[in-house]
Formats: sequence, structure tokens, C-alpha cells
Amino acid sequence: MPTYFSDAHEWITPKDDGALMGITAYAAEALGEVVYLELKEAGFRFNKGDVIGIIESVKVASEIYAPLGGEIVQANSAPVENPGLLNESPEGDAWLYKIKITDETGLSGLMNPETYQTFIATGDRT
Amino acid sequence: MTVAAHAAKELRRTPLFDVHIQRGGKMVDFAGWSLAVEYPTGIVAEHKQCRATAAVFDVSHMGQLLLKGDNPARALEALVPSALEGLKPGKARYSVLTNDAGGILDDLIISNTGDELFLVVNAATRERDIRHLASRLPSLDIVELADRALLAIQGPASPQVVAEMMPGAPALNFMETMAVEVLGVKCRVSRLGYTGEDGFELSVPATHAADIGLALLDNELIRPAGLGARDTLRLEAGLCLYGQDLDESTSPVEAQLSWVIQKRRREEGGFPGARRILGELSEGPKRKLVGLRPQGRAPARHGVEITSPTGEAIGAVTSGGFSPTLGAPISIGYVSSAYAEPGSEVGLRVRHQLLPAIVTELRFVPHRYKR
Repeated sequence: MPTYFSDAHEWITPKDDGALMGITAYAAEALGEVVYLELKEAGFRFNKGDVIGIIESVKVASEIYAPLGGEIVQANSAPVENPGLLNESPEGDAWLYKIKITDETGLSGLMNPETYQTFIATGDRT
Repeated sequence: MTVAAHAAKELRRTPLFDVHIQRGGKMVDFAGWSLAVEYPTGIVAEHKQCRATAAVFDVSHMGQLLLKGDNPARALEALVPSALEGLKPGKARYSVLTNDAGGILDDLIISNTGDELFLVVNAATRERDIRHLASRLPSLDIVELADRALLAIQGPASPQVVAEMMPGAPALNFMETMAVEVLGVKCRVSRLGYTGEDGFELSVPATHAADIGLALLDNELIRPAGLGARDTLRLEAGLCLYGQDLDESTSPVEAQLSWVIQKRRREEGGFPGARRILGELSEGPKRKLVGLRPQGRAPARHGVEITSPTGEAIGAVTSGGFSPTLGAPISIGYVSSAYAEPGSEVGLRVRHQLLPAIVTELRFVPHRYKR
């Protein structure tokens, strides 16, 4: 399955039984060393753009915005217990949520990997 | 999440700008200056480097001034609550410029070089300070040393690092200063800093700053550290940041800086805001700056409301973040004096939640100065 990217630097990979999402390596690098992560619980429903978590690095506190509408199936406890995992493996072991997508059209507003790379290099997503 | 866009504003560069770039510094806007917030090693590693061995910081954005004229120490006493006439040549003193309401206009280091006073003031306030000094002390000549850089060498290995370049410097004690020659140019080295560690600040001509910085970095005991580590280090040491923990509304007594007011000044007064400040010294201030240990893992940063355990507002956090030494969040902030005793239980309103915290002493790690 392909991976999609939001302009708020989240990635989302649809799978047969839902979708995995997290923050991108670019976002983790920009945040610096993550020291605290706060996630919503399973069952939480959200619309595109809602705040669905808080990440704090040594430098700054940052909100995680939902890249599309959905419902949380599972929150990953690994990066909550070890926030540094978000710096080590933001697009792997430190995924944040498994979600059920309720807003299928949402995917069409997201970027493919090539477009996202251009976006982070130039700030332009066209 | 939100990632800051690339800065478009024209920023001032320190003489060490190219060194920061070569070392991979992540440059940010700080008070209009382009400075490294961190290097590729990251804030936590730089912080630990400084506590374990030594780190060098480029603090050339800070204002360096000379006060010349007839007895500048006596004249400057009209603007600060510290005793300066007794400050011997070769000695430095931390103090504050107060306003007529007893608030703080800036905090600064005042050194007696023998012939004049040497002042180091904050970057964001330097222009206001110069205007204030010039208008209130017309008898003095105020010279801004705009062509000088400032390097802070901090950490327990600092004496070894500076010994080769400045053989006399390790003999200085905390808050002592001397003129030295480094790589053939005249510099000033002072044993002080902003990390709680032993260390030195070196004022050097801008023309030689990069060479001196690179020569320091030849020693493998020392690595560059950025503004991020400077902030976490000073916060752990309970050292105030002007504009955040100190401002025109906070008095030195509220900020737990009563120690800058020596006995003679308490008896004689004669400084701006003396009525409020001396009143707070005898009656106690209404609020005090204290340390806070949030009991969970969420940091409480600048602006977070401090409450009683039942949620009644009693103050606000002025600085907060993560302590690499303690591996836990720490904050400092002003609370009503009734809650200022270490051990008091308080609440922190972080994003709609009331998180429990314990009041502590202002310093979270011991100071390790050479006395």
C-alpha cells in the first residue's frame, strides 16, 4: 500500500485492516529530541484538522493534527513510554495510531512521497 | 504539527557565523541575531557535554559597554541597587538596572577593569540600556564595544581548555576578571557564566574571534553548544532570563535576587525603586520566584498558570522545559508568597488539565563555581 503525506508533516499508510499514521522524519528532525508524547485513546473520533495529540521536544511543544477524518483503533504505547523512539524511528516503530478512515476522500487531498519531498524542500506542493 | 518557515528577515551575524555553519549549526533568529540553537549532536548531548567536560557558546550578541569618567562606580550606583564603590579592580559583580517602580530594566555583569567599568548586558535590551545610561549618567562616557565578540567557555574542564591559551586565567576565582593576550591580541577573560558550572567568558576583538574560537575547539575536551543547551543549563541552575523571568514589573526581591543588594545600599537606598525594594526586603514580597517539579512527564512552559491544589490562580510559569540532568520536566515561576515554601503542593494548568507539581528551591542542580 502507498504512503500519503500531509502538509502538517504526518504520514499515513492505508492497510487492509485500517491505516497506520505518524509524524515524518522531517518533522522529527525539526522538533529535535522528543521528551513527551500525549496521545488520544482508542475509540476517539476526529475530523480532518483536529488536534489528536501533543509532542514536546526539548525545544518546543507541538500539536499533532489529523490529516483526515477517522476513528482511533489503537494508540501506540511504545513512543509514549520512550519518547526518544520518535527521533529514532518516526516512520517505523514510533507510529502513533492505527486508525479507521471514515473520510475516504481525505486521502485524495494528501501528497505522494515525491510531492512531499518537493514540498519540504521548497514549501511548494504543486 | 507546525514547522517554522525559513526566516526571511535580515539577521545580524556574529563574527563566528561561518564557524557555526561549518559545524552544522541550526541557525535561528534570536533578538535579531542569527545564532545556532543546536549542532548536529543535539541539545541534550550539548547540555551533558557542558556538565561533564566543557562547551563553548558564542554569546557575541550580548552588549559589551565601557563606562569611563570620574568615578564611574559611584555614578552607576544611582541606577543599580548593588554596591559598586567597594568593587575592587579585577572583580565583577552581577546586578540589575531598576526602574523607578522597583522593576527590572535589565540584568548585567559589571566588572572593574581598574580604569573603567566593563558591562555585559542583554542583546534585546542593549539599545534601551545605552539610552538609559546616557540620559541618567551624563557625566560618564558610554562606549559600546560593537567590534568585540564574546565566547563563553563553560564546564568543569574549562580551566584545562583555557590554560594553554591564557596561562593566568585558571588562577582567577569566580567573579574575577583580567586582561590577557590571546593569539597576539588584547582580550578580557572573566571567571563566570550562565550554566551553573565553573567557566570563563572571553571578550575578544571581532577580527580574531573566529581564529580564537577555532583554536579553542582544537582541544578535544570542548565542543560547541547552542542557545538550546544554554537555556536548559541556565534553567537547571535557576538563573533568570531577562524578558522571561525578569521584566519591568518584577522586583529583585520577588526574583530571589536580594543578594545583589549589599548592606550599605540597604541602609542608604538611593537607587531607582528603593521605596518598593526596601519595603519588600523588610515586609517580604507578595510573590516569589520558585522552582517547580511537575509530578508527571509533561513540561510546563512559559505562560502556564500556577494554581493552588484546588485550582485557584496563584501565579504563572516564566520558564519551563525538560531537564537533561534530572531526566524530568522542570519549571520556574512566580507564586503568591504563601505557596513559596519548598514542598508546597500546587497545580499547573497545562492544556485544560490540572497537573500536580511541588515547589522547590530555584536551583535544580548545585552551582560548581571556583571560590
